[in-house]
Amino acid sequence: MLTVLLIGFPLLAALLVFCTRGNTARGLAMAASVIEFIISLAALYQFRHNPDSPSLSFDCTWVASLGIHFSVGLDGLSILMILLTTFLIPLIILTSYSNTYKNSHNFYGLMLVMQMALVGVFVANDGFLFYVFWELALIPIYFICLMWGGENRGAITFKFFVYTLFGSLFMLVGFIYLYNHTNVEGMKSWAMQDLYNAGKSLNAHQQGILFWMIFIAFAIKMPIFPFHTWQPDTYVNAPTQGTMLLSGIMLKMGTFGVIKWLLPIVPLGLEKWGGTAIGLSVAGIVYASCIAIAQKDFKRLIAYSSIAHVGLISAGILSANQQGIQGAIMQMLAHGVSVVGLFFIADILLLHTGTREMDKLGGIRSMNGNFAVLFLIIVLGAVALPLTNGFVGEFLLINGVYQYNAIVAAFAGLTVILGAVYMLRSYQNIMLGERKDSNIAFGPLATTEKAVLIIVCAVIIGFGVYPKPLNDIAEEATKVILMNIK
Amino acid sequence: MLAEIFKFKKLLLPIVLLGIVGAFALNYMEWSNIMKIPYFNNMISFDNIGIAFSGIILATAFFWFILANDYFEEESNLVDHFALVLFALVGALMLTAFTNMTTLFLGIEIMSIPMYVLAASKKNDMRSNEAGFKYLIMGSFASAFLLFGIALIYGASGTFDLLKIRDYVGAHATDMPMFFYVGVVMMLVAMCFKVSAAPFHFWAPDVYEGSPTLITALMSTVVKTAAFAAFMRLFLVGFAEVSEIWTGILAVVVALSLIISNFSAAMQNNVKRMLAYSSISHAAFMLMVIMANVRSNVSLDAIIYYSLAYSIGSITSFGIVYNVTRKGNETISAFNGLGKRNPFLAVCMSIAMLSLAGIPVTAGFFAKYFVFTTVIGTQYQWLLILAVITSAVGAYYYLRVIIAMYFKEHEDESKVELEGSNKLVIILTTVLTLVIGLAPGFVAEMFQF
Repeated sequence: MLTVLLIGFPLLAALLVFCTRGNTARGLAMAASVIEFIISLAALYQFRHNPDSPSLSFDCTWVASLGIHFSVGLDGLSILMILLTTFLIPLIILTSYSNTYKNSHNFYGLMLVMQMALVGVFVANDGFLFYVFWELALIPIYFICLMWGGENRGAITFKFFVYTLFGSLFMLVGFIYLYNHTNVEGMKSWAMQDLYNAGKSLNAHQQGILFWMIFIAFAIKMPIFPFHTWQPDTYVNAPTQGTMLLSGIMLKMGTFGVIKWLLPIVPLGLEKWGGTAIGLSVAGIVYASCIAIAQKDFKRLIAYSSIAHVGLISAGILSANQQGIQGAIMQMLAHGVSVVGLFFIADILLLHTGTREMDKLGGIRSMNGNFAVLFLIIVLGAVALPLTNGFVGEFLLINGVYQYNAIVAAFAGLTVILGAVYMLRSYQNIMLGERKDSNIAFGPLATTEKAVLIIVCAVIIGFGVYPKPLNDIAEEATKVILMNIK
Repeated sequence: MLAEIFKFKKLLLPIVLLGIVGAFALNYMEWSNIMKIPYFNNMISFDNIGIAFSGIILATAFFWFILANDYFEEESNLVDHFALVLFALVGALMLTAFTNMTTLFLGIEIMSIPMYVLAASKKNDMRSNEAGFKYLIMGSFASAFLLFGIALIYGASGTFDLLKIRDYVGAHATDMPMFFYVGVVMMLVAMCFKVSAAPFHFWAPDVYEGSPTLITALMSTVVKTAAFAAFMRLFLVGFAEVSEIWTGILAVVVALSLIISNFSAAMQNNVKRMLAYSSISHAAFMLMVIMANVRSNVSLDAIIYYSLAYSIGSITSFGIVYNVTRKGNETISAFNGLGKRNPFLAVCMSIAMLSLAGIPVTAGFFAKYFVFTTVIGTQYQWLLILAVITSAVGAYYYLRVIIAMYFKEHEDESKVELEGSNKLVIILTTVLTLVIGLAPGFVAEMFQF
């Protein structure tokens, strides 16, 4: 029941928030998301002490004649993803305290609906349910980007929506194909394990086709080169909180999907096409990093850096070994936190100085030393310096890819070097040196801004120094996943 | 049975609605009746599929009449309009249950002729006249094809009865004369015309655009569903034995429909034209199931579910289009700022559009899902891939309406007024869209054949 509560609570809260007005909506959403975080901690506690507890899973028939169940449950991977989601959503709501949005009740309501769908994606144990939540997550973010986005948001959100829908429909067809091959005592079934078995019963050729049909949906969501063209525009144009949702959590839907809904289904397909997909991922790393170096707008730079990071995560997952997948899980968590921090910094810059153009900024350190320190910690987390949370994941990832192929690993390793180049250079441009434009001032941070940045920094350092609790869960989860693949 | 004309104008609507409810109840009682009672010398016989279709038709007609309440009030010849629509309804019901070529033809004509008149019923509007005229010419052309086809088939098999034709073809599979096949193809062309599948769709956008909005709503729901039911019965019962002749052509028709409709719809600025093209694409989805059924013997449930979801979604969207475009502007810009001008309508329209685009958890999603599951194991997987790609294009034009409602500003910020009866229908159909989307099992189990 705990899992159902995790899905149901945000939805109820969202309905309440839709009915309120003004600042009450924000407060209510904040409270709800904090409660949701506490619920997820309870689920974590339960999971650590009694993973088979019946309170963690739930199963009831949804459409009997089609074998569709509302079946949810927690495993190591999903509990980590849920923690990420429930931790980030209150943080994201907190970042919105320095902006005021028109019709804010709709804004926060949609955000909670989004949380419901995301949690649903992470806990679904039924292929059909997974697809429904997957699509459902798209609708609130679409409206958030559409109604509160920047200029030209119409055309851009369009591209985003149609692009992702296109991928999802292929995934749906792929899943239906699998579903038609399931056979549980003469009945078809949508249950995850049955889909796994159905996938493994196919021959290499069929699995290859299926691999691409499903992978394309995940690849678009992450996004992997060359399916990334929607991403930079969407990230830049979405309202800051929308960007955070997209990059912090939604991106993980794609990587999560590959781990849970692709690898165990088509092991032969992976053998056949995994190399190509890793090639694309690594090509994306180099390509996106190079573009990131040339960016002038800080928000756009983060958008491209996100493509580079997710490329590495994807390569690690597809190499399908212990280090690769475990590293991917760790990096998903680390990236989620640090990218939210970075986008928030882009937002703070815009709010305080009126611009995100790095050429116009400079010397902010002399105006606000605290901000400079916090920013630096987040940047170091993003470039995966040892003792930050980014390091563990990135190290394992490159290790995993190396076991797959040394040359590919060499290219994948470029992400560290190039990442350092563009991140540190942008930090240097924005914070250090002389003020380039004397009109630009940078006052003290607001309390909520400080709070968010301090929390993010604390997590970056805290889990950098002592990653063991998360790492243990990730390791266990990876073993289970690898068992399913074999 | 319905077309009784009373002279009490105020009572007219309640009587018609009662009549429809009565017909629906009678219809329901026939469900799974083993003692099939054939009517009119075995020319009409309701089986479960026919009953399901006539149920959908009656339900949409019920909603339509409530929606059209004030539309009738504006018209001078109230009684005539009622009579015409009821005649069309009778024709539509005949088409769901014919077992004889003559009843097929009669049904089509009884349904079509009132529609020609209704399309042109805005007497002073050029476009309405044009629509009626175009519809009449093109429709008669199709009817001529149909008649010619019937004649040829009669010439070859010596009977009008569908079952006898099937048996005759089954018995003489190898030595059927050439003109029998010509007849089948001619009937295929005529029926494609009636369900407006490409490349026989050219009349649809013009007629949909020119006709009064509510008549367009009637065309895209009742008339379309009936034409579909007829198509299905004719080809699945009558010509199942010669399926290799017509499935090949139909596959091309479906492919063309999917491509032409979705890409054309994406380019339309007039909402009614856009919905016309979108209805072509929905027709293609249903045709796909028909082909899969005859070639691979898969279930037909998907078609019933699809036409139900589509009819409900269309009633909602046309009801809203009718209210929004009253001032004469029928382009998508009429929807600008509807999110502010009438939030209720905007939300309902969004749900209807998402349903037509096939996004969970709406009825339209499950409709698409059923079609996908049905077709995926058959030889028409290539069409399925095409359908997936064009569906993504489809999302584009449905979303344009949503974007206009929430994103664009309207020069005139006045509220959009709504009649109570219209509001009722829109609420009911929207709720139905969600209920069927959330609990598809309920419908799926209802239509187990």
